[in-house]
Amino acid sequence: MYTQALNARDTEAGAVEDADRVAAFQARVDAEEKIEPNDWMPEGYRKTLVRQISQHAHSEIVGMLPEGNWISRAPTLKRKAALLAKVQDEGGHGLYLYSAAETLGVSREELTEQLLSGKAKYSSIFNYPTLTWADIGAIGWLVDGAAIMNQIPLCRCSFGPYSRAMIRVCKEESFHQRQGYELLLEMVRSSEEQKEMVQDALNRWWWPSLMMFGPSDTDSQHSAQSMAWKIKRFTNDELRQKFVDATVPQAHYLGLTIPDDKLSFNEATGHWEFGEIDWDEFMRVIAGNGPCNRERLAARKKAHADGAWVREAAIAYSRKRADRREAARHAAE
Amino acid sequence: MTSDLFTYTLRLADDAAILGQRLGEWCGHAPTLEEDIGLANVALDHIGQARNLYSYAGEVEGAGRDEDQLCFLRKEREFGNCLLVEQPNGDFAQTIARQLFFSAFMLPFWRKLTGSRDETLAAIAAKAEKEAAYHLRHSGEWTIRLGDGTAESRARMQDAIDLLWPYTGELFEVDGVVERLVADGIAVDPETIRDEWHATLRRVCDEATLTLPPVGWMQSGGRSGRHSESFGHLLSEMQYMQRAYPGMRW
Repeated sequence: MYTQALNARDTEAGAVEDADRVAAFQARVDAEEKIEPNDWMPEGYRKTLVRQISQHAHSEIVGMLPEGNWISRAPTLKRKAALLAKVQDEGGHGLYLYSAAETLGVSREELTEQLLSGKAKYSSIFNYPTLTWADIGAIGWLVDGAAIMNQIPLCRCSFGPYSRAMIRVCKEESFHQRQGYELLLEMVRSSEEQKEMVQDALNRWWWPSLMMFGPSDTDSQHSAQSMAWKIKRFTNDELRQKFVDATVPQAHYLGLTIPDDKLSFNEATGHWEFGEIDWDEFMRVIAGNGPCNRERLAARKKAHADGAWVREAAIAYSRKRADRREAARHAAE
Repeated sequence: MTSDLFTYTLRLADDAAILGQRLGEWCGHAPTLEEDIGLANVALDHIGQARNLYSYAGEVEGAGRDEDQLCFLRKEREFGNCLLVEQPNGDFAQTIARQLFFSAFMLPFWRKLTGSRDETLAAIAAKAEKEAAYHLRHSGEWTIRLGDGTAESRARMQDAIDLLWPYTGELFEVDGVVERLVADGIAVDPETIRDEWHATLRRVCDEATLTLPPVGWMQSGGRSGRHSESFGHLLSEMQYMQRAYPGMRW
């Protein structure tokens, strides 16, 4: 999902932790109690969460770029307002998530630094370009749709701040998903030319959307531990299947063809079976070689560098103000 | 009469739409995440105002043009927005100065327009007044922070004020359209706003340790469709979809 690069194992050996505390922690998780920031937690749990929440936050921030690419060219004022509001929501999600990560003892500055240095990952989906207006609808429908599949179970995540952030995020994502679908519905009904534009968008976004769920279960090294900690509730493949089952009928309703020759409905299981994902492409994009990886990172770096003097000014001003207050207090005493 | 009201409403709509378009360019590129959200919010308010004003202009005109036809299918010389709102974003200081000058004018403007004899304009103004109060607070606070921040931010903020100052004269221009509508109790006489506008700017600039330039020579032309060179580029981007795919529903 937005955290699909969690398939790498921690390289450092875990510190030895008190077995009783670990057992007590696990008992609380098993009893569906929420773990709060000041509670004791295993170091691995904390690290996994910091990584997952920050990857999620970074994805929201980088995700503003492909959609932001169309704000200035939205075809109507209504669509322009909706897109602005949506991208603004993504920024808001990033803000919540950085705050949730901060409760685990890592600052937003550190996390930003990790993103800009390329050390931290974000969802590979945002390394694909938005070429036509239909891509804005496709992102809402498919990308937000896939995000919801993953994030609804995260509302029950064992870590309190993350689960609470997800409840609000999910409400907004679900609105975005419907908005994206409605945008496409309007297009396919308006003209054949627009319908072709929508089909082209689906052709380009379908497979990258399936990749959002991360590696298949056989290759996902973190799944079992995350499931035991109730950070994760379903495996990557389970979530991917749910997404395909929900989305294929929606594509058909739009009169579109899913770009997969192997797609077929299995009457016995009630599931849509689909072809093999191009895992080479997935690995390549995660490793930094997608169509827009360099552009996205360059855009974030430029915004950060161009804004440095503004942030410095804000800090300088707030220091001056505090100093003046302090001086005034001394003078009064 | 109808044509004066149409022209007047359309100018207000163009001001809002063009400023919203400029502000939207920041999204994803602002100095902080909070400002990405904040500037998008200000942009949204202006797009919302533009929608109401264009819809009403279309109604007043009675030729069947809707908000999108008015925004996306008119040409450079037909736009009546003031030059200030179309000025490029520049650095963050320029965006803030543009907003400060505009919102310091629009807050009292909308407040007075709530008393318009035209009920629709009065209703639009009532909503816009609340938004302008927020925009003024936002841009005023940033002006103070940047002016009284570091040596670099102070220099940039002063440069921005000096750069955009000549575009403020147009806010107070009165032509026959405005004159006739003021006489009818529909429009706001901008001269009645000048003192408040100037006092607001002086208060903000004093606290920001910045200097307001003398009144001096002012730019003009936006209200009669003579825009900056950059304006055509703004329109070609904003209107691209409606021009490339005419007559379609989105």
